[in-house]
Amino acid sequence: MMEPGLYHILFISAALFFIGVYGFLTRRNLITMLMSIELILNSVNLNFIAFNKYLWPGKLDGLFFTLFIIAIAAAEAAVAIAIIINLYRSHQSIDVENAEDLKY
Amino acid sequence: MITGSTILFYLLAALTLTCGLLSVSTRQIFRAAIYLLFSLIGIAGIYFWLQYEFIAAVQIVVYVGGIVVLIIFSIFLTQQAGEKLPKQKPGRKIFSALAVFCGFALTMVQVYKHEFDFDKTMVSPTMSNIGQNMLSTKEGGYALPFEVISMLLLAAMIGCIVIALRSKPETK
Repeated sequence: MMEPGLYHILFISAALFFIGVYGFLTRRNLITMLMSIELILNSVNLNFIAFNKYLWPGKLDGLFFTLFIIAIAAAEAAVAIAIIINLYRSHQSIDVENAEDLKY
Repeated sequence: MITGSTILFYLLAALTLTCGLLSVSTRQIFRAAIYLLFSLIGIAGIYFWLQYEFIAAVQIVVYVGGIVVLIIFSIFLTQQAGEKLPKQKPGRKIFSALAVFCGFALTMVQVYKHEFDFDKTMVSPTMSNIGQNMLSTKEGGYALPFEVISMLLLAAMIGCIVIALRSKPETK
Protein backbone atom coordinates (compact mmCIF):
# COMPACT_ATOMS: atom_id res chain seq x y z
CA MET A 1 0.00 0.00 0.00
CA MET A 2 1.31 3.39 -0.97
CA GLU A 3 1.03 6.56 1.03
CA PRO A 4 -2.05 8.29 -0.41
CA GLY A 5 -1.41 11.54 -2.21
CA LEU A 6 -2.75 13.71 -4.99
CA TYR A 7 -2.80 10.92 -7.58
CA HIS A 8 -4.97 8.72 -5.37
CA ILE A 9 -7.52 11.48 -4.90
CA LEU A 10 -7.47 12.24 -8.63
CA PHE A 11 -8.14 8.52 -9.24
CA ILE A 12 -11.13 8.57 -6.89
CA SER A 13 -12.58 11.70 -8.40
CA ALA A 14 -12.10 10.47 -11.99
CA ALA A 15 -13.73 7.15 -11.09
CA LEU A 16 -16.62 8.91 -9.38
CA PHE A 17 -17.06 11.24 -12.38
CA PHE A 18 -17.30 8.33 -14.80
CA ILE A 19 -19.61 6.40 -12.48
CA GLY A 20 -21.87 9.44 -12.64
CA VAL A 21 -21.59 9.57 -16.43
CA TYR A 22 -22.48 5.87 -16.62
CA GLY A 23 -25.54 6.43 -14.48
CA PHE A 24 -26.55 9.42 -16.59
CA LEU A 25 -26.27 7.40 -19.79
CA THR A 26 -28.05 4.26 -18.61
CA ARG A 27 -30.80 5.59 -16.34
CA ARG A 28 -34.10 6.71 -17.79
CA ASN A 29 -35.71 7.96 -14.60
CA LEU A 30 -35.36 11.70 -13.96
CA ILE A 31 -34.63 11.36 -10.24
CA THR A 32 -31.85 8.82 -10.77
CA MET A 33 -30.38 11.02 -13.50
CA LEU A 34 -30.36 13.89 -11.00
CA MET A 35 -28.53 11.63 -8.54
CA SER A 36 -25.89 10.89 -11.19
CA ILE A 37 -25.42 14.63 -11.69
CA GLU A 38 -24.86 15.02 -7.96
CA LEU A 39 -22.10 12.38 -8.15
CA ILE A 40 -20.44 14.25 -11.04
CA LEU A 41 -20.56 17.56 -9.16
CA ASN A 42 -19.06 15.91 -6.09
CA SER A 43 -16.16 14.49 -8.07
CA VAL A 44 -15.41 18.00 -9.36
CA ASN A 45 -15.47 19.34 -5.81
CA LEU A 46 -13.04 16.66 -4.70
CA ASN A 47 -10.69 17.63 -7.54
CA PHE A 48 -10.74 21.30 -6.56
CA ILE A 49 -10.01 20.52 -2.92
CA ALA A 50 -7.18 18.12 -3.78
CA PHE A 51 -5.48 20.62 -6.09
CA ASN A 52 -5.89 23.34 -3.51
CA LYS A 53 -4.30 21.21 -0.80
CA TYR A 54 -1.40 19.70 -2.73
CA LEU A 55 -0.47 22.38 -5.26
CA TRP A 56 -1.44 25.77 -3.82
CA PRO A 57 -1.97 25.34 -0.08
CA GLY A 58 -1.33 29.02 0.58
CA LYS A 59 -4.37 30.14 -1.40
CA LEU A 60 -8.03 29.37 -0.87
CA ASP A 61 -9.34 29.56 -4.44
CA GLY A 62 -10.16 25.87 -4.75
CA LEU A 63 -12.01 25.93 -1.45
CA PHE A 64 -14.18 28.84 -2.57
CA PHE A 65 -14.90 27.22 -5.91
CA THR A 66 -16.09 24.16 -4.00
CA LEU A 67 -18.27 26.25 -1.73
CA PHE A 68 -19.91 28.01 -4.66
CA ILE A 69 -20.38 24.76 -6.57
CA ILE A 70 -22.13 23.25 -3.54
CA ALA A 71 -24.44 26.28 -3.33
CA ILE A 72 -25.23 26.13 -7.05
CA ALA A 73 -25.82 22.36 -6.83
CA ALA A 74 -28.32 22.90 -4.02
CA ALA A 75 -30.21 25.49 -6.07
CA GLU A 76 -30.11 23.24 -9.12
CA ALA A 77 -31.42 20.23 -7.23
CA ALA A 78 -34.29 22.26 -5.75
CA VAL A 79 -35.38 23.62 -9.14
CA ALA A 80 -34.99 20.22 -10.81
CA ILE A 81 -37.12 18.51 -8.20
CA ALA A 82 -39.83 21.17 -8.50
CA ILE A 83 -39.88 20.57 -12.25
CA ILE A 84 -39.91 16.77 -11.78
CA ILE A 85 -42.85 16.87 -9.38
CA ASN A 86 -44.75 19.16 -11.72
CA LEU A 87 -44.02 16.78 -14.60
CA TYR A 88 -45.32 13.88 -12.52
CA ARG A 89 -48.54 15.80 -11.86
CA SER A 90 -49.24 16.29 -15.53
CA HIS A 91 -47.87 13.01 -16.97
CA GLN A 92 -48.11 10.50 -14.05
CA SER A 93 -44.58 9.42 -14.92
CA ILE A 94 -41.04 10.77 -14.57
CA ASP A 95 -39.48 8.68 -17.29
CA VAL A 96 -37.66 10.73 -19.91
CA GLU A 97 -39.19 8.62 -22.66
CA ASN A 98 -42.65 9.85 -21.65
CA ALA A 99 -41.63 13.51 -21.41
CA GLU A 100 -41.13 14.31 -25.05
CA ASP A 101 -44.00 16.73 -25.60
CA LEU A 102 -42.19 19.69 -24.11
CA LYS A 103 -42.66 21.66 -27.32
CA TYR A 104 -46.44 21.92 -27.01
CA MET B 1 4.92 1.39 6.51
CA ILE B 2 1.15 1.30 6.93
CA THR B 3 -0.24 3.97 9.18
CA GLY B 4 -3.76 4.41 10.45
CA SER B 5 -4.24 7.41 8.22
CA THR B 6 -3.45 5.36 5.10
CA ILE B 7 -5.89 2.62 6.08
CA LEU B 8 -8.55 5.23 6.79
CA PHE B 9 -8.04 6.79 3.38
CA TYR B 10 -8.42 3.49 1.56
CA LEU B 11 -11.52 2.64 3.59
CA LEU B 12 -13.11 5.99 2.74
CA ALA B 13 -12.20 5.60 -0.93
CA ALA B 14 -13.70 2.10 -1.02
CA LEU B 15 -16.88 3.32 0.69
CA THR B 16 -17.26 6.23 -1.73
CA LEU B 17 -16.65 4.26 -4.92
CA THR B 18 -18.64 1.14 -3.93
CA CYS B 19 -21.65 3.13 -2.84
CA GLY B 20 -21.44 5.34 -5.94
CA LEU B 21 -21.34 2.30 -8.18
CA LEU B 22 -24.25 0.63 -6.37
CA SER B 23 -26.19 3.89 -6.53
CA VAL B 24 -26.12 3.98 -10.33
CA SER B 25 -26.65 0.24 -10.80
CA THR B 26 -29.34 -0.81 -8.33
CA ARG B 27 -32.85 -1.15 -9.70
CA GLN B 28 -34.65 -0.01 -6.57
CA ILE B 29 -34.76 3.76 -6.58
CA PHE B 30 -34.99 4.18 -2.83
CA ARG B 31 -31.87 2.07 -2.32
CA ALA B 32 -30.13 4.18 -4.96
CA ALA B 33 -30.86 7.27 -2.86
CA ILE B 34 -29.49 5.60 0.29
CA TYR B 35 -26.33 4.48 -1.52
CA LEU B 36 -25.91 8.04 -2.80
CA LEU B 37 -26.18 9.21 0.81
CA PHE B 38 -23.33 6.94 1.91
CA SER B 39 -21.22 7.92 -1.08
CA LEU B 40 -21.60 11.58 -0.13
CA ILE B 41 -20.71 10.76 3.48
CA GLY B 42 -17.56 9.04 2.18
CA ILE B 43 -16.60 12.18 0.28
CA ALA B 44 -17.16 14.24 3.42
CA GLY B 45 -14.84 11.79 5.19
CA ILE B 46 -12.19 12.38 2.54
CA TYR B 47 -12.51 16.13 3.14
CA PHE B 48 -11.98 15.47 6.84
CA TRP B 49 -8.98 13.31 5.98
CA LEU B 50 -7.55 16.20 3.93
CA GLN B 51 -8.10 18.46 6.96
CA TYR B 52 -10.59 20.72 5.19
CA GLU B 53 -13.05 20.51 8.04
CA PHE B 54 -15.17 23.45 6.95
CA ILE B 55 -15.85 21.97 3.52
CA ALA B 56 -16.59 18.60 5.13
CA ALA B 57 -19.15 20.22 7.43
CA VAL B 58 -20.72 22.10 4.52
CA GLN B 59 -20.84 18.86 2.52
CA ILE B 60 -22.65 17.05 5.31
CA VAL B 61 -25.09 19.89 5.99
CA VAL B 62 -25.95 20.71 2.38
CA TYR B 63 -25.70 17.37 0.61
CA VAL B 64 -26.51 14.79 3.26
CA GLY B 65 -28.93 16.97 5.18
CA GLY B 66 -30.47 18.85 2.28
CA ILE B 67 -30.23 17.41 -1.17
CA VAL B 68 -30.56 13.72 -0.30
CA VAL B 69 -33.57 14.41 1.92
CA LEU B 70 -35.11 16.40 -0.95
CA ILE B 71 -34.46 13.51 -3.34
CA ILE B 72 -35.99 10.99 -0.91
CA PHE B 73 -39.09 13.15 -0.54
CA SER B 74 -39.49 13.44 -4.28
CA ILE B 75 -39.14 9.66 -4.56
CA PHE B 76 -41.97 9.28 -2.05
CA LEU B 77 -44.09 11.69 -4.07
CA THR B 78 -43.51 10.19 -7.49
CA GLN B 79 -42.84 6.48 -7.10
CA GLN B 80 -45.13 3.57 -6.28
CA ALA B 81 -43.83 1.59 -3.29
CA GLY B 82 -41.88 -1.56 -4.06
CA GLU B 83 -41.83 -0.89 -7.77
CA LYS B 84 -38.54 -1.63 -9.48
CA LEU B 85 -37.11 0.45 -12.28
CA PRO B 86 -37.58 -1.13 -15.69
CA LYS B 87 -34.66 -3.11 -17.07
CA GLN B 88 -32.47 -1.29 -19.54
CA LYS B 89 -31.54 -2.64 -22.92
CA PRO B 90 -28.24 -4.58 -22.65
CA GLY B 91 -26.89 -2.78 -25.73
CA ARG B 92 -27.21 0.60 -24.09
CA LYS B 93 -25.54 -0.69 -20.92
CA ILE B 94 -22.62 -2.22 -22.80
CA PHE B 95 -21.98 0.85 -24.93
CA SER B 96 -22.23 3.17 -21.92
CA ALA B 97 -19.81 0.99 -19.95
CA LEU B 98 -17.41 0.92 -22.89
CA ALA B 99 -17.52 4.70 -23.37
CA VAL B 100 -17.10 5.30 -19.66
CA PHE B 101 -14.19 2.87 -19.40
CA CYS B 102 -12.39 4.45 -22.37
CA GLY B 103 -12.90 7.93 -20.94
CA PHE B 104 -11.63 6.83 -17.55
CA ALA B 105 -8.56 5.12 -19.00
CA LEU B 106 -7.74 8.18 -21.12
CA THR B 107 -8.08 10.51 -18.13
CA MET B 108 -5.94 8.36 -15.87
CA VAL B 109 -3.20 8.00 -18.52
CA GLN B 110 -3.11 11.78 -18.88
CA VAL B 111 -3.05 12.30 -15.11
CA TYR B 112 -0.21 9.85 -14.50
CA LYS B 113 1.83 11.29 -17.38
CA HIS B 114 1.59 14.79 -16.01
CA GLU B 115 4.18 15.97 -13.51
CA PHE B 116 2.60 18.24 -10.93
CA ASP B 117 4.88 20.64 -9.12
CA PHE B 118 3.89 20.02 -5.54
CA ASP B 119 3.98 22.67 -2.88
CA LYS B 120 5.39 20.98 0.21
CA THR B 121 4.16 23.49 2.75
CA MET B 122 1.27 21.65 4.32
CA VAL B 123 -0.95 24.35 5.74
CA SER B 124 -4.67 23.87 6.05
CA PRO B 125 -7.00 26.87 6.03
CA THR B 126 -8.30 28.20 9.28
CA MET B 127 -11.84 29.37 9.79
CA SER B 128 -10.86 33.03 10.20
CA ASN B 129 -8.84 32.77 6.99
CA ILE B 130 -11.87 31.51 5.10
CA GLY B 131 -14.18 34.14 6.55
CA GLN B 132 -11.84 37.05 5.84
CA ASN B 133 -11.24 35.89 2.28
CA MET B 134 -14.91 35.36 1.58
CA LEU B 135 -15.99 38.85 2.58
CA SER B 136 -12.97 40.85 1.44
CA THR B 137 -13.28 43.17 -1.54
CA LYS B 138 -9.53 43.33 -2.14
CA GLU B 139 -7.62 41.22 -4.61
CA GLY B 140 -8.31 37.52 -4.04
CA GLY B 141 -11.46 38.33 -2.09
CA TYR B 142 -14.75 36.67 -2.88
CA ALA B 143 -17.30 39.28 -1.81
CA LEU B 144 -18.77 39.76 -5.29
CA PRO B 145 -19.31 36.04 -6.08
CA PHE B 146 -20.76 35.66 -2.59
CA GLU B 147 -23.39 38.30 -3.36
CA VAL B 148 -24.06 36.80 -6.78
CA ILE B 149 -24.62 33.40 -5.17
CA SER B 150 -27.10 34.91 -2.74
CA MET B 151 -29.01 36.42 -5.66
CA LEU B 152 -28.93 33.04 -7.42
CA LEU B 153 -30.34 31.26 -4.37
CA LEU B 154 -33.11 33.86 -4.11
CA ALA B 155 -33.93 33.41 -7.79
CA ALA B 156 -33.95 29.61 -7.38
CA MET B 157 -36.27 29.89 -4.37
CA ILE B 158 -38.74 32.14 -6.23
CA GLY B 159 -38.50 29.87 -9.28
CA CYS B 160 -39.31 26.78 -7.21
CA ILE B 161 -42.34 28.46 -5.66
CA VAL B 162 -43.60 29.64 -9.04
CA ILE B 163 -43.15 26.21 -10.62
CA ALA B 164 -44.64 24.26 -7.73
CA LEU B 165 -47.63 26.54 -7.17
CA ARG B 166 -48.76 26.73 -10.78
CA SER B 167 -52.54 26.75 -10.82
CA LYS B 168 -54.38 23.85 -12.37
CA PRO B 169 -55.01 24.28 -16.10
CA GLU B 170 -58.52 25.41 -16.93
CA THR B 171 -60.86 22.80 -18.28
CA LYS B 172 -61.17 23.10 -22.03
